Amino acid sequence: MTAVPIRAGADPDVRLGAPGAGMVATATTVAARTLRKYMRSPQLLVTSIVAGAIFIVLFRYIFGGAITFGAIPYVDFLIPGMVLTSVLITGTGTAVGVAEDRDQGFFDRLRSLPAPRIALLAGRALGDIIIVAWATAVTAAMGFLVGFRLDGTIAEALLAYALCLVCGFAFLWMFICIGLVSANAQAAQGTSMVIYPIIFVSSAYVPVHTLPGWMQPIAEYQPVTIMCNAVRSLALGDPALAGLGHTTTYWVILSLIWSAAIMTVLTPLAVALYRRSS
Amino acid sequence: MTEPIIEAEGLAKRFGKVQALAGLDLVAPGGQVSAVLGPNGAGKTTFIRAVATLIRPDSGRLRVAGIDVARRPEQVRRVIGLAGQHAAVEPTMTGRENLRMVARLCGQSRRQADVNTAAVFAQLGLTDVADRAVKTYSGGLRRRIDLGASLVGAPRLLLLDEPTTGLDPRSRNQLWEAIRDLVAHGTDVVLTTQYLDEADQLANQVAIIDHGRVIAHGTPAELKALVGLDMIEVRARRAANLPALAQALAPLGSDQPRTDAATNRVSVPVATGQSAITAAVQALGGLQIDVDDIALRRPTLDEVFLTLTGAPAPPDTGHEPAPAAAHARA
Repeated sequence: MTAVPIRAGADPDVRLGAPGAGMVATATTVAARTLRKYMRSPQLLVTSIVAGAIFIVLFRYIFGGAITFGAIPYVDFLIPGMVLTSVLITGTGTAVGVAEDRDQGFFDRLRSLPAPRIALLAGRALGDIIIVAWATAVTAAMGFLVGFRLDGTIAEALLAYALCLVCGFAFLWMFICIGLVSANAQAAQGTSMVIYPIIFVSSAYVPVHTLPGWMQPIAEYQPVTIMCNAVRSLALGDPALAGLGHTTTYWVILSLIWSAAIMTVLTPLAVALYRRSS
Repeated sequence: MTEPIIEAEGLAKRFGKVQALAGLDLVAPGGQVSAVLGPNGAGKTTFIRAVATLIRPDSGRLRVAGIDVARRPEQVRRVIGLAGQHAAVEPTMTGRENLRMVARLCGQSRRQADVNTAAVFAQLGLTDVADRAVKTYSGGLRRRIDLGASLVGAPRLLLLDEPTTGLDPRSRNQLWEAIRDLVAHGTDVVLTTQYLDEADQLANQVAIIDHGRVIAHGTPAELKALVGLDMIEVRARRAANLPALAQALAPLGSDQPRTDAATNRVSVPVATGQSAITAAVQALGGLQIDVDDIALRRPTLDEVFLTLTGAPAPPDTGHEPAPAAAHARA
């Protein structure tokens, strides 16, 4: 009536059950699902391109020559911060996606499979960061088309881009945790708005010393400031242009340390929450 | 195949104020379909999730295929397949892509995943729709793809949580056929259901669960016999006469008569069917009430449940766990 069916014990290799997937296979398989989902949702694709286009128009034609900041136009100061923060903001989508996966039983299936938990979550983050990387690259391409030029070298620009992605990846774990503890997708959306105060009280949009006095200590040392400083130093070629002391290398290394620290705390937390989620 | 596929002893699990599992004992023998039957809130989903290693019981012991779930959950995951209440498939991917994904996550190579995916599609008769996006599937198809996803890893134990809830009768029957086929080919199946006819039709062993505990278990026939008895069932022409009928029949029965206003029926369990019919007719004879039908039949599982718990099954709240309610036990 039907072809030879799947049957446990038929293949000696599966007598003890499925072998279980390794870390890399798990992460890439889960990431592939996120990527497919994105690429097959036309409205998501269009939205990110449109958002990028708005960004470009805003900065090239509106903020354009409005303000200067020391030796450089304000626009040049602002864009590295904007790129980093827009990478961080896409994390709110991850929080919502994680909550939805949990609510719709997708996580139940994944967690019942012999695949390592951490890789299941890392695959989610990996898929999301690839999408962000793509969207950012498209935005950058549009920027070059309308006349933006690099202040630093190409190598430094690529490093800045890569650093944005690394920092974005680290913060994704925060969003994954938010998604896992939120009661539903809407709550996840709401809670993940916490990213906004974090990016506003930082050097993303303005130099720290122009912020109100009581904000400055927080802003000075928080990770987003450090990361923005690093991305900015790379993009401009020289931290002094951004009004910063130290060398570019200093800021980059500090950002990487912060990224590692964030992941060291939040990744195990996410895995623990994932295990417990019901 | 006599090794039990599930051994649960004293399982307890609390969520906040709700005791979802309250000392659940269950042994599911290998080589057959075991059903866990109960209303919503009884603890069925919690139990299945504990077996699927998704939640950890607060106390008790649980073994799947001899593997201790608390100590070696990752090994348990290698031998189980889960199809939960929601069809957990990605709508933007095709059926084939979904199954391949699960197969890869079970540790299969790309080639094995392709082969096994094709085999499962053939087995479930879904080859025609395999390359369409799941979001184009009907509800019944989606459930079958979900079942396929739980099979592609060739599990020894298939866990199905309310597999046919919300399906039309035709899809239901198709799913039942698929399940029977699986069992015939060596997969053990444990399913939860709130549908008594599903347990009756599919299962070799049924455990009735209420408020987190197994209150009865056995084959469907044994459970019906547990209530003991045949039923005399009288259908009145008019609903107004039901109380009088019940009163007349009460002395015959070994338990209180039950009145069903929706179908104009009074049922009463009786000790010895044959003489009970005669006695019933005599009891009704002097009443001058129009009776449409009088019958002697074996009880359904519905009545089994009513007898065992002493109360009708609680209404569907849509969630588990439901608040615990005091009730009389049989």
